[in-house]
Amino acid sequence: MACHDLNYELKIPPGARKIVLAGNPNVGKSVFFNAFTGLYVDVSNFPGTTLEISYAQVGNDYVLDTPGVYGVSSFNEEEKVARDVILAADVIINVVDAVHLDRDLFLTQQIIDMGIPMIVALNMIDEAARKGIKIDVQKLEELLGVPVIPTVAIKKQGFEEVRKAVAYARKGNSLSELEEMLPLLEKKTHSRAEALLILEGDPFVAARHRVKPMDRQEEIYLARRRRVDTIVAAVVRETNTGASIGTRLSRWMMLPLTGIPLLVLTLLILYEFIGVFVAQTVVSITEEGIMQGYYEPFIRNLIGAIIPPSSIIGTLLIGEFGILTMTVTYILGLLLPLVLGFYLSLSALEDSGYLPRIAVLVDRVLMRLGLNGRGIIPIILGFGCVTAATITTRLLSTPRERRIATFLLAMAIPCSAQLAVITSMLSRLGPAYIFLYVFLVTSILVLAGTALNLILPGKPSDLLIDVPPLRLPQPVNVLKKTATRTRNFIQEATPLFAGGALFIGILQVTGLLNTLQNWLSPITVSWLQLPKETATAFIMGFVRRDFGAAGLYNLSLTPAQALVSLVTITIFVPCIASALVIFKERGWREGIIVWPAILFLAFLIGGLLSQILI
Amino acid sequence: MTLDEAREGQHCRILSLPGKDIRAQAIRFGINEGEFITCTAVIPGGPIIVAKNRQEIAIGRGLAKKITVEPITNPHPVKFPARRRAYGLPRP
Repeated sequence: MACHDLNYELKIPPGARKIVLAGNPNVGKSVFFNAFTGLYVDVSNFPGTTLEISYAQVGNDYVLDTPGVYGVSSFNEEEKVARDVILAADVIINVVDAVHLDRDLFLTQQIIDMGIPMIVALNMIDEAARKGIKIDVQKLEELLGVPVIPTVAIKKQGFEEVRKAVAYARKGNSLSELEEMLPLLEKKTHSRAEALLILEGDPFVAARHRVKPMDRQEEIYLARRRRVDTIVAAVVRETNTGASIGTRLSRWMMLPLTGIPLLVLTLLILYEFIGVFVAQTVVSITEEGIMQGYYEPFIRNLIGAIIPPSSIIGTLLIGEFGILTMTVTYILGLLLPLVLGFYLSLSALEDSGYLPRIAVLVDRVLMRLGLNGRGIIPIILGFGCVTAATITTRLLSTPRERRIATFLLAMAIPCSAQLAVITSMLSRLGPAYIFLYVFLVTSILVLAGTALNLILPGKPSDLLIDVPPLRLPQPVNVLKKTATRTRNFIQEATPLFAGGALFIGILQVTGLLNTLQNWLSPITVSWLQLPKETATAFIMGFVRRDFGAAGLYNLSLTPAQALVSLVTITIFVPCIASALVIFKERGWREGIIVWPAILFLAFLIGGLLSQILI
Repeated sequence: MTLDEAREGQHCRILSLPGKDIRAQAIRFGINEGEFITCTAVIPGGPIIVAKNRQEIAIGRGLAKKITVEPITNPHPVKFPARRRAYGLPRP
């Protein structure tokens, strides 16, 4: 049973009341969540998936957030997670967007039909008023049969009322059509909610109860849609005012003629912020100034006083690749500021509603690469962390798209940390090399995508997405999201990094590093025409991609050699973490094909480039 | 006609949607068969954006080709410039 699993996986005591926030995407759920839960929030990967569920203890209750969905069923991974959390709920706070009531009430009515006690937070009531939409709250409450509280989440209006109203949560007025269909199944499942989902043909819930999913979905959905339209017609009065710069900007973002320059501008701003400000200015302070200037000498002296630095343990701890020197400097001095900068930008982009518009804009191009517009989201995320992005490929609708996106991510998308090292190396070489690098990597991406689209049977699926209104991101929300994501990232990266450093350290101490360098020299020296020390960088690249790029950082290379090595290391195999995720997500068989294929391509392309350039 | 042939600003009624899953998702968005929609933007070679009330939905071109619609001549004339802009309609 789902509810027992959930309690167990999230370590929620069995007796505690679970208050679940549910709603469509972009309705301000997370603002409510943050307001209710205060600072400390647990983020946990949902059982069986890698989607995050945020939850926190408030008094004796637990408040859980869910991914934004338009309805409870299993169209994609987000919906499956939301479904299971909603099924386990004791009380639901349904956040609805007053401006899009006809869309949002579909979920509301579905939860009512599931028979779970709930209250409705009618959010963004101020925005609705500005757009000339008047909502009769009392009437809405009467028709739904549950408490409805008007709120303005970003101004914290109505929060107290919502908190108090939780005590008055009740089951609403369910669809009359269901009364004849449900009772029989309900006896069998002992849960009205699960009975409803089986009626609606949810294969997963049906399998849980060992029954066959029924095929009443369309009938019920249409009845629900009619009911929602009746409610909306009865409670919403529109006066024809309200146009905004938002609608025009939204159009501009999606039409190629204006959308492409806007996208380029956005990317330039992001580059200025992450690539220049964070990667150069901030990192030079944190990495060179603080870590290498103060921390490393300090720790060397401290440890060196006890253990001789030239001994084996000394080398492993405080040597060139030392766990206490390089790992710490690298994580705190280089990665932390970069990842922070990246997630800050990404969270702001997400909250503004720009991402779906980029998806619309690039849909045409991505269709040629075998993805639809949504495929841009893992690709953008990939510039942050390829591992995390590989996980989000789950949001793509077909296995074919997931496969293509995974391959492209593993091959041609450098992650933020790697990108930072690459950027600083390229900026030493001048604009011509930067252009050449970008051109080469983009061509490889396009060629690989086109080839995969041609080779793999099938066609990319079509886009069907909601285009949410543009909004100014809320700083508090963005900061909180950033903090959570950064914390997760660092927690995950640190052990891998330490392990990697230890591994390289052992190779160095035992002299194996030298052997490997010589052993790989036919590839590195003859074929790629690089110094043999670059082999270390490639070995380090197995551990983490950015780690590999960093290995190139201190070698003395000619500009052409630098370009060749950077292109090779960009294509080069994904780091251990993302390789593991690829294996996990795509299965062993596919992973075993992908991995050597990329390795081969990296050296092939790098070599060809080297033969032309050097 | 099919949806990909719609012009910007054109009003249509949806006649048919392909496939069970697409229909279910469309009902949730409120653009099921029989509904009136407005085509607010056509991305050249790309998706079609349709609006119902204030809800905008992007539909990939391939899918739009499989959706049959009938054009409606001005069901509710959109006179107010402000409202035209709210729907993202081009100027008359």
